[in-house]
Amino acid sequence: MNRYPVWKYAFILVALFIGVLYTLPNFFGEAPAVQISSAKVTVKVDFNMVDRVQNVLDEAAIRVDRITFDGASVRVRLDDTDTQIKAKDAIARALNPDAADPPYIVALNLLSRSPAWLASMRALPMYLGLDLRGGVHFLMQVDMRSAVKQQLDAYQSEVRGTLREKRIRFTGVSRDGDGLSVVISEAGSVQAARDLLAMRLTTFTWTDDKVPEGTRLTGRLSPKAMADIGNQALTQNIETLHKRVNELGVAEPVIQRQGADRVVVQLPGVQDTARAKDIIGRTATLQFRLVDQAGTGSETVPVRLSPGETVQRTVSLKREVIATGEQLEKASATLDQNQRPAVSVNLNDAAGRAMRNVTRENLGKPMAIVLYEKGKGEAVSVATIQGEFGNQFQITGTFTPQETADIALLTRAGALAAPMEIIEERTIGPSLGAENIAKGFNSVVYGFAAIALFMCAYYLLFGVFSTLALAFNLLLLVAVLSMLQATLTLPGIAAIALTLGMAIDANVLINERVREELRNGIPPQLAIHTGYERAWATIVDSNVTTLIAGVALLAFGSGPVRGFAVVHCLGILTSMFSAVVFSRALVNLWYGRQKKLKGVSIGQVWKPTSAPPRTDASGDLRA
Amino acid sequence: MEFFRISRDIPFMRHALVLNIISFLTFAAAVFFIATRGLHLSIEFTGGTVMEVEYKQAADINKTREAVEALGFGEVQVQKFGTSRDVLIRLPVRGEMKQGEVSSRTFDALCSAEGGVVENKSYTTPQGEQVSRMACARAQDEPLKLSRTEFIGPAVGSELARDGALALLFTVIGIMLYLAVRFEWKFSVAGIIANLHDVIIILGFFAFFQWEFSLPVLAAILAVLGYSVNESVVIFDRIREVFRKYRKLSTLQVIDNAITSTISRTVITHGSTQIMVLSMLIFGGPTLHYFALALTIGILFGIYSSIFVAAGITMWLGVQREDLIKSTPAKTEDPNDPNSGAVV
Repeated sequence: MNRYPVWKYAFILVALFIGVLYTLPNFFGEAPAVQISSAKVTVKVDFNMVDRVQNVLDEAAIRVDRITFDGASVRVRLDDTDTQIKAKDAIARALNPDAADPPYIVALNLLSRSPAWLASMRALPMYLGLDLRGGVHFLMQVDMRSAVKQQLDAYQSEVRGTLREKRIRFTGVSRDGDGLSVVISEAGSVQAARDLLAMRLTTFTWTDDKVPEGTRLTGRLSPKAMADIGNQALTQNIETLHKRVNELGVAEPVIQRQGADRVVVQLPGVQDTARAKDIIGRTATLQFRLVDQAGTGSETVPVRLSPGETVQRTVSLKREVIATGEQLEKASATLDQNQRPAVSVNLNDAAGRAMRNVTRENLGKPMAIVLYEKGKGEAVSVATIQGEFGNQFQITGTFTPQETADIALLTRAGALAAPMEIIEERTIGPSLGAENIAKGFNSVVYGFAAIALFMCAYYLLFGVFSTLALAFNLLLLVAVLSMLQATLTLPGIAAIALTLGMAIDANVLINERVREELRNGIPPQLAIHTGYERAWATIVDSNVTTLIAGVALLAFGSGPVRGFAVVHCLGILTSMFSAVVFSRALVNLWYGRQKKLKGVSIGQVWKPTSAPPRTDASGDLRA
Repeated sequence: MEFFRISRDIPFMRHALVLNIISFLTFAAAVFFIATRGLHLSIEFTGGTVMEVEYKQAADINKTREAVEALGFGEVQVQKFGTSRDVLIRLPVRGEMKQGEVSSRTFDALCSAEGGVVENKSYTTPQGEQVSRMACARAQDEPLKLSRTEFIGPAVGSELARDGALALLFTVIGIMLYLAVRFEWKFSVAGIIANLHDVIIILGFFAFFQWEFSLPVLAAILAVLGYSVNESVVIFDRIREVFRKYRKLSTLQVIDNAITSTISRTVITHGSTQIMVLSMLIFGGPTLHYFALALTIGILFGIYSSIFVAAGITMWLGVQREDLIKSTPAKTEDPNDPNSGAVV
């Protein structure tokens, strides 16, 4: 009865194997490394960079441990810190000839020392949170109201333009709340105006009511359109933040969206919040300018390389600025009437008028969109003016859809789509981080040792099995966390400790049950069987209640609590498997084959002298 | 080894009344302290700035306090943190001041109080990571270091407080539903009262001693809530089993028997969990201190409340064999019900 079929043992062995495999990378420690990533949106790091870096290091006679490419950056693992610094200098010299405007970020970093075959099967060490590594954390709130407001201002001018175009008379276009309203003075043209607006401004729903001056048409943005505006603003802000953070030369910045209107920025290793804030809060500018074909313009800027292009072109610009980024209302990737990829640009009224004048006089001449950052310009796009146009136009060329998306983003990313405010900020020193790791680790180790000692002394062999099951639980938990690449924080380590302390509950339940069955005079094999059987229902019950609390924390928790909750919930799940299935496997393996089992090593089974368990309201405790 | 050599059932329920009164008084005291003293909420809930500064020599708290107060940020708290060299400074949210600048200005003030100058320092850690930070320099010397700063905006704070309350509510409702489905409403009520009693008492301790109530403490409380409910579940489970097994016992005897037969497991599991928590309390450092403390109180009161409060309340609510053992109910059909099918 206490035997497992072969497949169950096999299953447990597989679980054990996978557990060991994925826990393994955490033990190798970290090696010094140099990381090369792009400093500009316009520069892409690709696989060729690996060879380039290899050549540079070969020339400098620096021994390389390993070079890897992870899709966005090239990482070079080195033997020690001395070679790391030498390698960094050599690479930086070769890749960034102009130190004032580096196209690549060459940063010092740490890489896991685990062998390549482990990394190739995505067995990576757990990612350490800032409280364990040191660094800065910002939580930024994007002002969505002003993003919507900006958009509405843009639509406002579109309403004006559209009505004027069709010679429909109106008085006053105004923004009210989340919508626009316009008053049409002539009753006859209300229907025409309404149809026209509905056709042109598809994201609005229009209603009308009577006012003294005529009929007022009110357009409301649909919730989806509002959400789209918000999403676009957030994406653009994140893009801008990326560019700015890149300047700090941080190896692994985390810039993530959180919820509907927040962005988390985490910069491991950076301690200087003042400088970080300075750079994050800066703005870049965008300009539309005519190209001086004679090459005698007021300034010359480089043109962004398109993929495959190797020769750097430059373009000479005329002094006059037609429009700036502040006047830009929208830029998005679309298709033109011939289904070719194009970038559609919307400017505000004033810029539209200027654009109209300039394009009328300069048909057939090239115009450039230039992005200025840190005082240096770069032409994002140079295109020939094909006709007279105003505030709405398209840029076409031999673009791929990816390129049009890039240009649109670049055109927009010059400035922030909506203002941002820092609402949370944390800085943790690197020594404090190391201290936190040591403290968390010690808590787990000493706590585990004490529990193991007690279990083995109290339940003897069953205690050993329980301890092994607990160790297996720890192994599985660490393996799962590594597999998910969850961020480990100090509360996370606390959760590991707490989960282990709670997980032993299942084994205590089982062991106590088995003892109780033995006490009632049931033969050992049967006692083991019923002990496990009966304890199971209770174990499920108790884990469900713990899990309810865990899920609540996961659903409503944020920051440190979330890290705690993730580990806690996962730990409960792995503990059910290890405490019941794994410990049973050990017991079965040990006792299952013995036909005439005389006794089990589960510690002393004390039997009361008065045989049947008597219940008496006036009974007393006897030792 | 066997710690629990109990030959007869311990008459727990005989003392239930006295203990429940004590329980009630503790509970009332906890509520009283929470109401009068209030919780010492961390800046995660209130918003504000916290800085941890490490001095080279043992810190002079008064000097530090004077330097910070001179900045006029309002009510500041300065206290030692862990060792005599570590100082924790808490600054409230001030509307008229850009929060981001508070920490750098405070560090400036502390640095000049020690006769140093703030400068930016860039260096490489032994692991080869490049790090740059604000440092306070005084002739080849660094009198103090900024170990940690944290700023939480007031909006985030109130959000966290709301989310915390929601998490608690969700847990309570979830556990009640589960107990009601799994057992019976009387158990559900008893279980949740017992465990909320624990939560209130933990909060009472935090209010009385003015220990800092932070997010990890809240997590600890919820974890302990889920954990000690499972204590009640084990006892309830046993009560049901004993009801089935010994048909002649009275409800009181059944409860006593159930508690007696699970007491050894109760004490051993809680003991094991407590070992782990103690290990955190001892080795976990100041960051995990209150977290571990909340767990310790929760675990100790968890044992007590599962036995006396949860079981006691089920007794007062008058749980009966019939509540738990559903004898296949005889089909009761309303003969006047037009929807009832034909009886064959």
